[in-house]
Amino acid sequence: MIEERFDAIVVGAGMAGNAAALTMAKRGMKVLQIERGEYPGSKNVQGAILYADMLEKLVPDFREDAPLERHLVEQRFWMMDAKSHTGLHHRSDDFNEEKPNRYTIIRAQFDKWLSSRAQEAGAIVLCETTVKELVQDAYGKVIGVITDRDGGQVHADVVVLAEGVNGLLGTKAELRERPSPENVALAVKEMHFLPRETIEARFNLKGDEGVVIEAAGTISAGMTGMGFIYTNKESISLGIGCLVADFQKTGETPYGLLERFKKHPSVAPLIEGSEVKEYAGHLIPEGGYNAIPQLYGDGWVVVGDAAQLNNAMHREGSNLAMTSGRIAGEAIFQVKSRKDPMTKENLALYKKMLDDSFVIKDLKKYKDMPGLLHIQSQNFFLTYPQLVNKALQNFVRVDGTPKLEKEKTTIKSFVSARSWGGLFGDAFRFARAWR
Amino acid sequence: MTTEAPVRVEDKLYQNRYLVDVGNAHIKVKPHTKPSPQLLALLNICPAHCYELNSNGQVEVTPDGCVECGTCRVLAEGGGDIEWSYPRGGYGVLFKFG
Repeated sequence: MIEERFDAIVVGAGMAGNAAALTMAKRGMKVLQIERGEYPGSKNVQGAILYADMLEKLVPDFREDAPLERHLVEQRFWMMDAKSHTGLHHRSDDFNEEKPNRYTIIRAQFDKWLSSRAQEAGAIVLCETTVKELVQDAYGKVIGVITDRDGGQVHADVVVLAEGVNGLLGTKAELRERPSPENVALAVKEMHFLPRETIEARFNLKGDEGVVIEAAGTISAGMTGMGFIYTNKESISLGIGCLVADFQKTGETPYGLLERFKKHPSVAPLIEGSEVKEYAGHLIPEGGYNAIPQLYGDGWVVVGDAAQLNNAMHREGSNLAMTSGRIAGEAIFQVKSRKDPMTKENLALYKKMLDDSFVIKDLKKYKDMPGLLHIQSQNFFLTYPQLVNKALQNFVRVDGTPKLEKEKTTIKSFVSARSWGGLFGDAFRFARAWR
Repeated sequence: MTTEAPVRVEDKLYQNRYLVDVGNAHIKVKPHTKPSPQLLALLNICPAHCYELNSNGQVEVTPDGCVECGTCRVLAEGGGDIEWSYPRGGYGVLFKFG
């Protein structure tokens, strides 16, 4: 099909793949990017929140024409039980700055735009083409890919695997394991359309201001999971995700959870009367630092979700994807500039540069968090939210009960649910994992 | 929670765009007499409800409404219960928003 040889082949046109393709093409490298969807973005799913800093490093003037939805001025964390939520909200006019820090985006549109920047820089993008496997030489070095097009073998000095969370090619070539049910979450999401003014009135917004709600508690039915509500210009992205291993244990259905979340009395009024235009499901890497596989080898590097790079505590999947893609592109360019071969030894530069960046530093900081939250999901996602909501309700209801008695009731409910040892142990373990 | 009406996933999938590759299912269930616990888990966990029990108590897959998340692969490919690949280029779910 394609006779010529490329400096690099990028598999996948998501955040990581587009960042890598753009970075290398900008530096004059001959890049072929292969995407299985009908256009870049058509297979990609995210909440989605975009952090400006990381994109600025790739496209400094992105605010001029990138399809952005709303810049975020408010973050709400909700701890939910069956009928209540207790929230921590942060809203500030400081976020109405000239160059806002966070935006909501719609991935199908955003990815198409970012890919157009890579194409303008010279990358060749081949859509509607699925890569079936990697081509390796007798020594195991990756030298190209086989696609599902006729005669679809293409060669390159290096292959950037930006194939997404499932990482089929890497697993097939035994470069890494298949993700485990303990290390990935399944999220389902709906796009709810409402008139712009309705969204702004319901969420207390003006202009392009936006709100993020992240919710945890009984909505995940004792599983490690989170619900989310993001405001776009004329739609609301609403979804919920839980660990695959927990779904397997409980037998809950993802759409059942989603429907219950939508019917929660704190959520239902926000989406009332909306028109749902899409339902999506997607896996999210949740294993953190300890789940990161081998990131490079002879003739290949892996970036983004395929490398399980996601800071679940800060919901930074696409951010880390974009950054790892860019760093991989820079490392590959450096190796090429020195006229060195794309060997495992030389591509170790990618890992070194990633280690020195915030990507690996942040993931290291939270390395014990997945273990803690995943193993103790009943306490953190069921027991504590119920206790906190009961305590707050007890506090705000004025009903003639002496306040000292109220406090005693609250403390007693915590101790009988978790015991003093349990409470201190949880606090200690949480603090240590956060540190 | 047992009192709620069952959620109809079909209504949700109806909102989506698909280009089905007729005759080329990208997921296959290995023939079996009695389904493994992993296969049975797919009946509930698949977000597009692609897996169902037939009248003989075997698990069958109809991946026309598949959203290509890979959850069933994570659970059941390792034990050999299913074969999983992405659809041919251009086929499968076509997200409008993602």
